[in-house]
Amino acid sequence: MEEEFVDRILASYKGERNELVPILQEVQENLGYLPEKAMIDIARFLGVPGSHVYSVASFYAQFRTLPLGKTRVAVCRGTACHIRGAPLILHEIEDAIHLKEGETSGDLEYTLETVACIGCCALAPCIKVNMDVAGDMTPEKAKELFKGNGNSNGGNRGE
Amino acid sequence: MERVALIIDGQEIRTRRGATILETALENKIYIPHLCYHPDLKPAGACRVCLVELDSGKIVTSCRTPVREGMVVKTKGPELDNVRRPVIEMIVANHHMDCRNCLKKGQCALQKITAYMKIDKKGIQQDLRLPVTGLPVDDSNPFFIRDHNKCVLCGICVRTCHEIAKVSAVDFAGRGDNSKIAAFGDRAIAASQCVSCGECVIRCPVGALVLRNPEKPLQYIKSVCPYCGVGCGIHLGVRDDRIVHVRADAASTVNSGNLCVKGRFGIGFVHSPDRLKEPMVRVTLKQRSAPDAMRPLKNAGIRVSGSEHFRVASWEEALGLVAENLKKYKRDEFALIASTRCTNEDDYVAQKFARVVMGSNHIDTSARLYYSPNIAAFRRTGKCVGFIPSQEDSGGFPGAAGHNPEQIEQAGCILVAGADISRSHPVLGLKIKNSVDHGARLLVISPNENDLCRIAEKWLTPYAGTELALIMGMCNVIVEKELFDSAFTGMYCRNFEEFRESAGDFSLGRVERITGVARDLIEESARIYAAGKPAAIFWGSGITQYARGTDNVHALINLAILTANIKYSLALNPLSEQSNALGACDMGCLPDYYLCYQPVGDRDIREKMESLWDCKLNPDPGLTLTEIIDAALAERIKALYIIGSDPALTVAPSKKVQAALKKAKFIIFQDMFINETAKYAHVVLPAASFAEKEGTLINTDGKTQAMERALEPAGNSRPDWAIMSELAKRMQSKGFEFGSADDILSEILAVIGNLPERIGRFKLFPLQYTPPADTTDTDYPVILTSERDLYTDSVMSEKVEGMRKLRTEEYVFINPRDADDFDISDGETVRIISRHGAIETEARLTGTTPSGLVVMNREKEKINQLLNPVLDAISGTPETKICAVRLEKIRRSKKREKRSKVSAAGGHV
Repeated sequence: MEEEFVDRILASYKGERNELVPILQEVQENLGYLPEKAMIDIARFLGVPGSHVYSVASFYAQFRTLPLGKTRVAVCRGTACHIRGAPLILHEIEDAIHLKEGETSGDLEYTLETVACIGCCALAPCIKVNMDVAGDMTPEKAKELFKGNGNSNGGNRGE
Repeated sequence: MERVALIIDGQEIRTRRGATILETALENKIYIPHLCYHPDLKPAGACRVCLVELDSGKIVTSCRTPVREGMVVKTKGPELDNVRRPVIEMIVANHHMDCRNCLKKGQCALQKITAYMKIDKKGIQQDLRLPVTGLPVDDSNPFFIRDHNKCVLCGICVRTCHEIAKVSAVDFAGRGDNSKIAAFGDRAIAASQCVSCGECVIRCPVGALVLRNPEKPLQYIKSVCPYCGVGCGIHLGVRDDRIVHVRADAASTVNSGNLCVKGRFGIGFVHSPDRLKEPMVRVTLKQRSAPDAMRPLKNAGIRVSGSEHFRVASWEEALGLVAENLKKYKRDEFALIASTRCTNEDDYVAQKFARVVMGSNHIDTSARLYYSPNIAAFRRTGKCVGFIPSQEDSGGFPGAAGHNPEQIEQAGCILVAGADISRSHPVLGLKIKNSVDHGARLLVISPNENDLCRIAEKWLTPYAGTELALIMGMCNVIVEKELFDSAFTGMYCRNFEEFRESAGDFSLGRVERITGVARDLIEESARIYAAGKPAAIFWGSGITQYARGTDNVHALINLAILTANIKYSLALNPLSEQSNALGACDMGCLPDYYLCYQPVGDRDIREKMESLWDCKLNPDPGLTLTEIIDAALAERIKALYIIGSDPALTVAPSKKVQAALKKAKFIIFQDMFINETAKYAHVVLPAASFAEKEGTLINTDGKTQAMERALEPAGNSRPDWAIMSELAKRMQSKGFEFGSADDILSEILAVIGNLPERIGRFKLFPLQYTPPADTTDTDYPVILTSERDLYTDSVMSEKVEGMRKLRTEEYVFINPRDADDFDISDGETVRIISRHGAIETEARLTGTTPSGLVVMNREKEKINQLLNPVLDAISGTPETKICAVRLEKIRRSKKREKRSKVSAAGGHV
């Protein structure tokens, strides 16, 4: 499945070194992350060492080498959110879904991350769950939001 | 060379144009602090430590700034210090500064810089923010340790791996203060593509890459690596009669300062506790006793059956016993198997012993298994093979057998056929990659993927065993499209017209059908080869180990003759696999040739040798290695003298060889270690290792190299030549009064000086294609071939713990589609069945193995249990490269099946 995706993506490129970042972007767009096998295939396709592909993939914050959770929770830590209590919200969510910032749960249910600003400071403090923004958060609201979802205790993966 | 004058710190200096400021300063003993500069690498200008001030007031990196006429450079001063000091302080702040407990102390570049700059380490660690957590140390490699906490990110290891080792196993990963040097996926180094050559370790300026347990040698002794045929120059660092360090010989043209893992880390076998240290004789005991004498056998994992044991004996007793027994089996009842790892001197004495003392021409070596087709084809073509006392490259025709390895870099085209050079001859692989970087066009003929395929311009994948058709197809293109050198063929070829006609049989359509290689690809490759001057061909067992091995070699020689490349000494390069395989042949360890390929059957030559050796010689050419085994099985040969080789394991079919050894009345086994063959011996004689004797070796290029003695022989072992000379004296033979290896070399040179020269015109060989002897059918539908692991090379690597750890386990690679047909999943133990035997091993699914081919590694030479090879009619080399097989599932396990789906996608990196 994944393999076909990668092969199809590679087929639309010429195999030149400078295509590395666009290819990585497209693969990640389709697979959600960069599996090792995909990076090996890309390296072979471009004729560059695997270590080089990994070097580039690990340099840019946009690339991930581990899969994301189904639900992506982004807690805003911009200035406005911060002074209105973002750290408290983050702690609450960390407790609720048993993840630390930057981690993905072992069952690939959740990914918890923080962002610098979502761009809706008027709603501070806010969080984003997948594409939905939830504003005027309080620790209680956060708790409510993730109620009953904290059972995934099995081996969290760091990012 | 143009000179440039400049002033550094008030000192007037003249240097060559193009040099950098840093180079010039260091050459003139002016120290400029530097971290990321290394003389072997291109300057990177990454560490910003080597800053200097120009008279314009500009501050520049001295490693990247070339000198200019009249330049005035200041290497210290307050201005400069303001810029440079914070740079160094930040590096120190991020560095684990426990210098006292560091293995690199005293040789660390950062330590030198902090001392020179008078950096206050404690002060920095108070003022600057320090990294929070310690990173785990990577100690996965048995030979060196990686400690990221001491890494200064100078990138020397990254550039070394890229520029020198050409592997690029590591690169920078992460960003900002999370940057580190990492292999792909941040794997442990042993699980990465790293080939453990250690080039980065010796160049690391700090303690981030260090050897395990480094010891400082008291002196270095010049020697030659005992592993493959490349023959890298090494210096053995000796302390207290032990080799504690190995360093590459930077002056050697063979390896120009490079080494692979075997040369750098694989010499420890010399001090293995399993070394044979005393002569032993076989005894049949009534009761079990003498366990001590059995220890070497037990350590080698060998059981001697029933009541048969070995006990330690004195040299006096052992040699007495040998002499007494050998007197019973003179002439054709005696055969000698010489070693391809002994020195020329050892091998010369061995064949002289067999011929003069025993009157037998039954002399051969394991070179028969892969090298003999080269000798046969070269001789039939009219090209010299053999010992060249002087090393100069005449450039005249016909080209000398040897060439200067530096020339590879000037090659216009390199054709590699049937060899995985990066594994079998790693340092030669580097040279080929280097010359590709210099613009040589690389063609690779290989049915399965190997390292060089990945950088080749054209990679041709014929079905295994159809190489001859492919190469003759290329010859046909060259003839048909008039790409040959007509002036050369007109002058130096005897039979061009006859050849032209026969080459017509190999039309591209027919060749495409036989080999499966697209006709355009064949034509383009032929054109590239014909256009590249000089063009070099390298080939290995993938060409020679066939029932038509000699013809395969002829096909390659035809290519070189047609294009007149044969006049260059680097044109034809058969690869010899052991350190002195070529030397053993040159010295006459062959049943049909004396020294330097003088035919035994030629009466004049024989009479000449008789007068030189002052004796009567057996006029009949002897038997080859496999024929010796047959004769032993038929009890025609009764006594065997086996030196430094392991036919019980390396000659196929294993069962027959073992039966033959069992039948022999008397076997003398002489080596550094016990092996499978030794258990059939009646007397075991301990031989000195390469480091414990003087002598010369001939490498795969035909270059003769001298080794010096670094150590005293282990225990009571002795150099091979000394053992055989002593034995000859005991058997009342004259002509063995050698006091040293030098005496033998003088005799060798004297004999060669008396031999007639043989130079002729070249002969092209019209060839016919016949399929390999062992072909597929419905019962045996796939072809099995074998490949070599980088870390496995005979008993020597076996005795080095780290090499055992690094090598891959037994496996058979199979394409996922074929695996589906056989219902086999990844990691499963499978049975491989040929027409002649069956073995079990682990299957690994990989997309890099082509469909229809399965590839096994040569671990323990298990493949020999599957073969019953047909011999090449001309050279007697058995067809051991391929074998038709089928695979069978042994047991079904659901868990494994699931895992296989994942790892089948993963493949091997």
